[in-house]
Amino acid sequence: MSDTKKAGSVAVSNNKAMIFLKENLGIIIALLILCVFLSVFPGTSESFPTVRNVFNVLRQISSNLLLACGMTMVIILGGIDLSVGSVIALSGVLAAGCVSRYGMAIAPAMIVGVLIGIVFGAFNGAVVAKTTIPPFIVTLATMNIARGLAGVYTGGSPVRVVSDEWQFLGAGYIGGVPVPVIIMILVFIISLLIVNRTKMGRYIYAVGGNVQAAKFSGINVAKVKFFVYTYTGFLAGLAGIILASRMYSGQPTAGEGAEMDAIAAVVVGGTSMSGGSGKLGGTLIGALIIGILNNGLNLMNVNSFWQTVVKGVVILLAVFLDYIRNIKKND
Amino acid sequence: MSDNVILQMKHISKRFPGVYALKNIDFDLRAGEVHALLGENGAGKSTLIKVLGGIYHAEEGEIEIDGKPVQINSVQDAEKNGIAIIHQELVLVPYMSVAENIYLGREPGKGILANRGQMVKDAQKILDELGMDIDANTIVKDLPIAKQQMVEITKAVSENSRILVMDEPTSSISDKEVENLFKIMRDLTKKGVGIIYISHKMSELEEICDRVTVMRDGEYVGTKVVKETNKDELIALMVGRTLTNYYVRDYQEPGEEILSVKDLKDGKRVHGVSFNVRKGEIVGFAGLVGAGRSETMQALFGLTKGVTGEVYVKGQKVNIKTPNDAIKYGISLVPESRKEQGLYLVQDVRYNTTIEILKEFIKNLRVNEKKEREITQKYIDLMATKTPSQNQTIGNLSGGNQQKVLIGRWLSTNPEILILDEPTRGIDVGAKSEIYAIMNDLVKTGVSIIMISSELPEIINMSDRVYVMAEGKVTGCIEHEEVSQESIMQLAAI
Repeated sequence: MSDTKKAGSVAVSNNKAMIFLKENLGIIIALLILCVFLSVFPGTSESFPTVRNVFNVLRQISSNLLLACGMTMVIILGGIDLSVGSVIALSGVLAAGCVSRYGMAIAPAMIVGVLIGIVFGAFNGAVVAKTTIPPFIVTLATMNIARGLAGVYTGGSPVRVVSDEWQFLGAGYIGGVPVPVIIMILVFIISLLIVNRTKMGRYIYAVGGNVQAAKFSGINVAKVKFFVYTYTGFLAGLAGIILASRMYSGQPTAGEGAEMDAIAAVVVGGTSMSGGSGKLGGTLIGALIIGILNNGLNLMNVNSFWQTVVKGVVILLAVFLDYIRNIKKND
Repeated sequence: MSDNVILQMKHISKRFPGVYALKNIDFDLRAGEVHALLGENGAGKSTLIKVLGGIYHAEEGEIEIDGKPVQINSVQDAEKNGIAIIHQELVLVPYMSVAENIYLGREPGKGILANRGQMVKDAQKILDELGMDIDANTIVKDLPIAKQQMVEITKAVSENSRILVMDEPTSSISDKEVENLFKIMRDLTKKGVGIIYISHKMSELEEICDRVTVMRDGEYVGTKVVKETNKDELIALMVGRTLTNYYVRDYQEPGEEILSVKDLKDGKRVHGVSFNVRKGEIVGFAGLVGAGRSETMQALFGLTKGVTGEVYVKGQKVNIKTPNDAIKYGISLVPESRKEQGLYLVQDVRYNTTIEILKEFIKNLRVNEKKEREITQKYIDLMATKTPSQNQTIGNLSGGNQQKVLIGRWLSTNPEILILDEPTRGIDVGAKSEIYAIMNDLVKTGVSIIMISSELPEIINMSDRVYVMAEGKVTGCIEHEEVSQESIMQLAAI
């Protein structure tokens, strides 16, 4: 009896995996081609498919994926959060400042950094939930405020922290796996659970898909919005202290443009900017494609300006692929 | 109406992946006639119109205009051939003036400079000729929907369109505005314009149409002269069977009072509404558009802030501040506007069915998918919803089936009082009749239904009692035996 039950649930989840594969076939193939190419291409075949490099790539995408997990939810909700990149800087410099200027212990200092993220996220969420001011404008404002405060606090120069303990979060290893990679995996799983296995997750899709219907459904729309922006702020704070840890310092310029990289991962992952639909799995693939591409170009010694051009082309290609598929679906 | 055929569509077939959307359709339109296109949702009317308008390309078939074969491969081709389509959703630029909208893309004047004075003058001339009471300088967004529709018609006329397609033009305008629309349609036909008219409202056909072509499941069923046919015959053609009982209602003795509302006010559109509902009855709410019926129910359901008044459920005074409170007291509300207030269009049937009762299968970070499927299937079966699967995106279902999913969603909360706001608006006759049957079954099991409807026959044939509202107040309550169009209209019109 219990065996048949198990078989049933396995069949259901297989089915889900198949649907996910089918819906994201384009980017999954793109990701595979990219990996195969880098593994056989003479310039990268030696350096790309090594354990060290794989961890390297994962560490590089870790902060982007943290932001992108929150950004996916915000975009499903029909919103946008431009402030996350600046929050990275502010939480990083304040956490570092707590240690180097006020002599705080490492752990509470880092909690202060995360709290900064939560405060900014909660502020964004409260304004978006209680007013009809577009999220683009609200977070454009807080983006500037956070970046400005980071500059004010530091006077423009990095706040250094010289201690091995401080570096653990960003540069340490547990069992040979980089700590940021472990955090990234945890955050991804928690986000997956929220989106797919809670009522809140379903409400995010409802509010993003049709806010009026959500109100008629008795969904507390303000609460859903507040939660999503606060969670995103929390992830930005977390990314901020990880980055500050890896760089031995809180830098007022950290995370510049990070919000755009997060949006890029979400969009390449097939989530629609119009809200109501999207998948975290797609975002993971999106972040991997962008990260591996950067890594490959690095290994080929292509200069970073060209890498930016390539990133732009990839975004265009991804949305173009989506566009073609939608046309086929509708005709 | 002359015998001069201006449009002939022959053997039109259009295939979507796996299905025929149109199968060998024949259709012709004469100069000066209004030709109705009738069929249930999904019958292929819109697809046929999209082929005519150059939006879809038909794999087979020919289109002739004035006896000459033409190719219509784009919207521009359609315009060139004098075809204008007035869609259900209007496509004017809201922040431009009437004149600018009428001449959009073909502004009079030399080179890149538009001659604004000339444009306004020309636009006003056409508007006046058509007897439309509209100033060409008005900004479109400031006009009511009915007037915007008139602007679209004026635009079509100014383009010298001879074939005008109107897709449910009366679905969102008042009776008086409908009269005005019909008058303008008659003027146009006198000038030799042919009008293709899509509508679900049978009474309109008799009033305005000369011939009617019926479609079903993408196939041509037949063309009739309106004067020589009747409603029953047309309905039978549309659904492919004779509906013996269109309205299904077995009256029974209602039980004790289950809901009592006293002096409900929302400070805006509801000015002191009192009514009661007994167990197992259908209470109709009639009135003109804007009488405050929907607002009353939304206030009762906890959707409006600042509501005053007293609400008693089963004799107990209750305080409903949010929809969740209302659901807790056994009240459900199926809103009037399916797409705007009800559906999550990009989601599937399952999501749309279960959104109210997530706690029954989502617990402790686990989704009991088996249970979710069972619940969904229960309401698909109960409502006899036609869907290929639970995974079907709800936006792809017909209006009738969307409505069934929505009613199913609100039944999932096990309501004792079910409020249905315009439950059959914009859905085809077959589905309408099925919804009536379900309402009848529900009240037999002891559910009480409050039905707001602007269709008087529906109110008259389904309700135990009818409350009539006007300007935010109840103006009277009519028992089933005394209810008639006249008795309702007397109370509704102030």
